Amino acid sequence: MAEELKLFRTWSSVFALRIVWALKIKGVEYETIFEDLSNKSPSLLQYNPVHKKVPVLVHNGKPIAESLVILEYIDETWRETPLLPEDPYERAMARFWAKFGDDKVLTSIFWGVFLKEGKEQEEAMVEAMEHLQFLEDELKGKTFFGGERIGFVDLALGWLANMISIFEEVAGLKMVDEDKFPLLAAWMQEFADSPIIKDNWPPRDKLIAKFQALRDAKLAAAASK
Amino acid sequence: MANSDHIVLLDYSVSPFAMRVRLALAAKGVEYLIKEEDLTQSKSSLLLKVNPVHKKIPVLIHNGKPVCESLIIVEYIDEVWKDRCRLLPADPYQRAKAKFWADFIDKMVYPSGYKVWAANGEVQEAGKKEFIDRIKMLEGELKSNPYFGGETLGFLDIAFLPLYYWFHTLETFGKFSIEAECPKLVAWGKRCMEEEFVYTSLPHPHKVYDLVVDYKKKMGI
Repeated sequence: MAEELKLFRTWSSVFALRIVWALKIKGVEYETIFEDLSNKSPSLLQYNPVHKKVPVLVHNGKPIAESLVILEYIDETWRETPLLPEDPYERAMARFWAKFGDDKVLTSIFWGVFLKEGKEQEEAMVEAMEHLQFLEDELKGKTFFGGERIGFVDLALGWLANMISIFEEVAGLKMVDEDKFPLLAAWMQEFADSPIIKDNWPPRDKLIAKFQALRDAKLAAAASK
Repeated sequence: MANSDHIVLLDYSVSPFAMRVRLALAAKGVEYLIKEEDLTQSKSSLLLKVNPVHKKIPVLIHNGKPVCESLIIVEYIDEVWKDRCRLLPADPYQRAKAKFWADFIDKMVYPSGYKVWAANGEVQEAGKKEFIDRIKMLEGELKSNPYFGGETLGFLDIAFLPLYYWFHTLETFGKFSIEAECPKLVAWGKRCMEEEFVYTSLPHPHKVYDLVVDYKKKMGI
């Protein structure tokens, strides 16, 4: 059967990158459609009318949206190199940490620390550090969150391995101190250098420019209130 | 995995998140112990121990091991007691759709609902419109089936049902009729309420209202 697999993404979306990683780890061929979110294609709006966002995976004409849902779909459809463990309790833990990454870690670091300044940033930093400590503790005795090899949680948290240094450079402060978070810092390096992962990062200079502009705009808007 | 299982649920009777877990356990016919957490008081040491990350209910403690986050717990229950009453469909695409819409309820519907029962004035009005717009999208997913799960109640029904039990509360605080806007959804809710495992697990919608009034008063909302 001729499979048709399309991934709608942007060049910089960390959520879409998860899907790129998962498909490449599984050795699955697919077509990429790059979107400009300021000018969304009719296809994107047709395939994700609810959120109108990337990533969207379209498999034989059937769309799946929300990156963690897509990851599970990929894991269930292409069974080689499993991303989630087999044991139900371990699976529940993996889902928990992936959700924690999006709900708490990403929110506090990006919306809290990166896009703010002054007292608001300080408060967000305290919260972010608490969240990172949970991740640090979770890595005890492991190379990856998935254990000996990359798994679901590593892909979900993988944005840290690249975006933290971008945020640190643009905002001019340290977020993941190797002394405070040795295991997390080591994981970030290990993950970033892993085969497949290391070949698929978006260009650093473009990311710096994009996030510098984002931060400047956000701070300017906040200041003018 | 039968009589040797020890299952405790850290619960709060009117929490729509905890309700999901009670529904899933009842659907599977699993026996468990309820430890009610009073959300108007300071958190118990047990809760802080089993959910140090979020410090929230529900928490399912299965043979001493805690599982947190309601939808993750429901999926865990479905995977552990996989020999009966399947909640998620077998087909990966149908599973993805069910999970997508459950995630939609959490991300988009609950925050709007909160504005309806906990806020006033303009915020509440905006919340009402948002809420109706969003549950209408869910209503569309029923298509011509009696349940979101098709012929029988499934994962998405369980994810959404507690909110149906909150409709009366939302209508009373918001002074609007959800049935007028979403008759199919209300028909679905009434259909679900007839199931024994549902009505034995959840407080009646009028009781939900009384409990929420009490909660609001104690919390100064």
